[in-house]
Amino acid sequence: MAVFRIGFGLMMCYGIIRFWAHGWIETQYLEPTFHFSYYGFEWVKPLGNFTYVLFFICGLAAFFVALGLKYRIAIIAFFLSFTYIELMDKTTYLNHYYFISIASFLMIFLPANALFSVDNLWRKKNYENIPKWTIDAVKLLLGIVYFYAGLAKINTDWLFKAQPLKIWLPSKFDLPIIGETLLQQNWFHYAMSWSGMLYDLLIPFLLLYRKTRLIAFALVVFFHVFTRVLFPIGMFPFIMIISTLIFFDAKLHLKIISFLKKIIQRFIKLKTANIQTISQYKIAYKSFIIPVIVTFFVIQILFPFRFMLYPGNLFWTEQGYRFSWRVMLMEKRGISTFKIVDGKTGNFFYVNNGDFLTERQEKQMSFQPDFILEYAHYLGDHFTNQGHKNVEVYVESYVALNGRMSQKFIDESVNLYQEKESFKHKNWILPFKEQTPKTD
Amino acid sequence: MKKIFPLVVLLIITACSSGDDTPTPNNGNGGSGIAFDRAAMLTNLADNIIIPSYQALNTNLNALVTSKDNFIATPNQANLDNVRAAWLTAYKSWQRVEAFNIGLAEQTAYYFQMNTYPVNTTDVENNIASGSYDLTHPNNNDAVGFPALDYMLYGLDAIDASIVAKYDTDAQAADYKSYLSDLINQMQSLTQDILNDWTNNYRNTFVASTANTATGAANMFINDYIFYYEKGLRANKIGIPAGNFSATPLPDRVEAYYNQEVSKELALEALDAVIDIFNGTKFNGTTAGESFKTYLISLNRSDLATSIINQLNAARGRIQELNANFTTQINTDNTKMTLAYDALQTAVVLLKVDMLQAFDISVDYQDADGD
Repeated sequence: MAVFRIGFGLMMCYGIIRFWAHGWIETQYLEPTFHFSYYGFEWVKPLGNFTYVLFFICGLAAFFVALGLKYRIAIIAFFLSFTYIELMDKTTYLNHYYFISIASFLMIFLPANALFSVDNLWRKKNYENIPKWTIDAVKLLLGIVYFYAGLAKINTDWLFKAQPLKIWLPSKFDLPIIGETLLQQNWFHYAMSWSGMLYDLLIPFLLLYRKTRLIAFALVVFFHVFTRVLFPIGMFPFIMIISTLIFFDAKLHLKIISFLKKIIQRFIKLKTANIQTISQYKIAYKSFIIPVIVTFFVIQILFPFRFMLYPGNLFWTEQGYRFSWRVMLMEKRGISTFKIVDGKTGNFFYVNNGDFLTERQEKQMSFQPDFILEYAHYLGDHFTNQGHKNVEVYVESYVALNGRMSQKFIDESVNLYQEKESFKHKNWILPFKEQTPKTD
Repeated sequence: MKKIFPLVVLLIITACSSGDDTPTPNNGNGGSGIAFDRAAMLTNLADNIIIPSYQALNTNLNALVTSKDNFIATPNQANLDNVRAAWLTAYKSWQRVEAFNIGLAEQTAYYFQMNTYPVNTTDVENNIASGSYDLTHPNNNDAVGFPALDYMLYGLDAIDASIVAKYDTDAQAADYKSYLSDLINQMQSLTQDILNDWTNNYRNTFVASTANTATGAANMFINDYIFYYEKGLRANKIGIPAGNFSATPLPDRVEAYYNQEVSKELALEALDAVIDIFNGTKFNGTTAGESFKTYLISLNRSDLATSIINQLNAARGRIQELNANFTTQINTDNTKMTLAYDALQTAVVLLKVDMLQAFDISVDYQDADGD
């Protein structure tokens, strides 16, 4: 647990610095005039230049988590600031950001500072053992991430058409050795699809089972490094590699800790003699924490299945797509042109999306119905405020999914300015027409 | 508990591997198994299309310089007609390079200095009156290039004789002459620079830069091509004047507004250039080399290649039906203009959504997890 805490904290701290250094705070949160909000979280907006302060707090909190310094406060601060950052604009939604948010939420309730933390020096108390279920909780969360990612891959496009890998892999022709050879081969696309699915489904079990654990970890490292080489997925692979260390038993963790201790001792002489070692860590407020964690996991297990409540093709409508560990599953692109109509005279004009959105926002907006609706309302308000009368907003939207020819996405006769966001099915999404992908 | 895991694992493996053996539909051979030769495509583009197009434009601009010199020396109707003819020839060959906003052209904002319209006649007249101007300054983008010449050659007066008089007997004739001369010389020298850079320098960089990254020339060229088609052709030449982006039509926004008879000819030339680039058709020729079309075919998307060609031709048909002067078309029957726009727009979808998906070219390069 301590190793997980240190790894997590340091990587998050680095992640924040990396985000900052790439200039993404400006391009994602400060430059756009308009931000796409999550339903129910419309009040979460970037804070102007205070956004930098927010990132600073977040990075600092992550560093404190790594140190185990005022751990509880640090992890709460991290959870809140990080989640706030993610809620500011759903254009930046990534599954791994969601993972970080919920993992940090879970860690609020776990005694990750019981060992090898600054808090130990502080309190002059050290704990040798923490309740086993606290570690299992982290394992369960990781298991859910992998297993559900695997379940999501069981679909005909992925398994029987090798899509979208058939589009993505050949375009990596620049990679040395394999780029012009393996990645161009049809059988390799299928092999990658199937092994990816099996990997995701099985890896939690292989990690749990002692005899296969080492091989499993080797697989984890190989798989994540390989995907990192192939795809622009940022920090995610490294986070997962470090995280899966938690499946190893205490011995390895103690070794890592004593190794780290030696390094630290070289630089700082810490008096550790007067720290009292206590065998068992007792969880305070257990009667409160246990129900919270149980509820958390029930939600985690059920939430990804909410798509079943919606009619239509999940990849097409994306109703219930997010927060469900659907990673690298589809190649989807679209183009959405908005038409502002005067309801009385019928006069209309088209909107240049570049006037309101960044390229990235436009790209994300163009194929996701909830983005399209929110943007339509923004445009409606904008042009009404400009003095246009009887504003109605329509969209001409075409989307291509996994190498199929693009098809009309949204009902062009529906005035989106009248439609409200909700958790109900959006009946103005046109049904998906299946065609054979034309890559064959 | 521990005994169950291996069992579960085994079950899943057998379940899945038995699925693996079943004949899978639609597996074709998904790609030829050989990576498409992007270098060959770039070479064809550079050697057979881009450089010859710039050479033609440069030649025609030199001819324009000559006829302009004659006109300035002897301002009369015959010499004015010669300059006008040379202007139109050069303007048409400009349509063949307008999509190539890459390399030195991009760095020097060449595009904006050659064809920003509508021309700002106030700026033009102010420049002429003051006699001091920096033609390269961004504020002058709408007072230079072909649109400024359009005004200088056709728009100074309704009667030709009065236009000739502006360069001959007018009190400011010398100023008009030098502005006309400076405009044309500047266009020629800018083009000469671009052409020299292509032949002496950029051509080799371009051809070698095949990477599928934000800075790879192949990706930049494809993105520029689509951007040009969408903005420079579809919006500027048809959509904006037809009022697709405004509350009412704007018939004075057409290309070559003062000439009043060639906006269709220019638009068709531009669309032909777009079609030839897509097909990889040699400049002024019929043979075709590696291109977006063959790239799509190599990815087993000949269906898409065909759709794109058909749609571009359909759009061409729509433009063909329009009046030679778009201003007249808009004022008499604007629905035909918007139909042409719609046909062009349909091809935007195919190029921007389907073709970019097939090529797997990103529009932005931040972290993603493939949603």
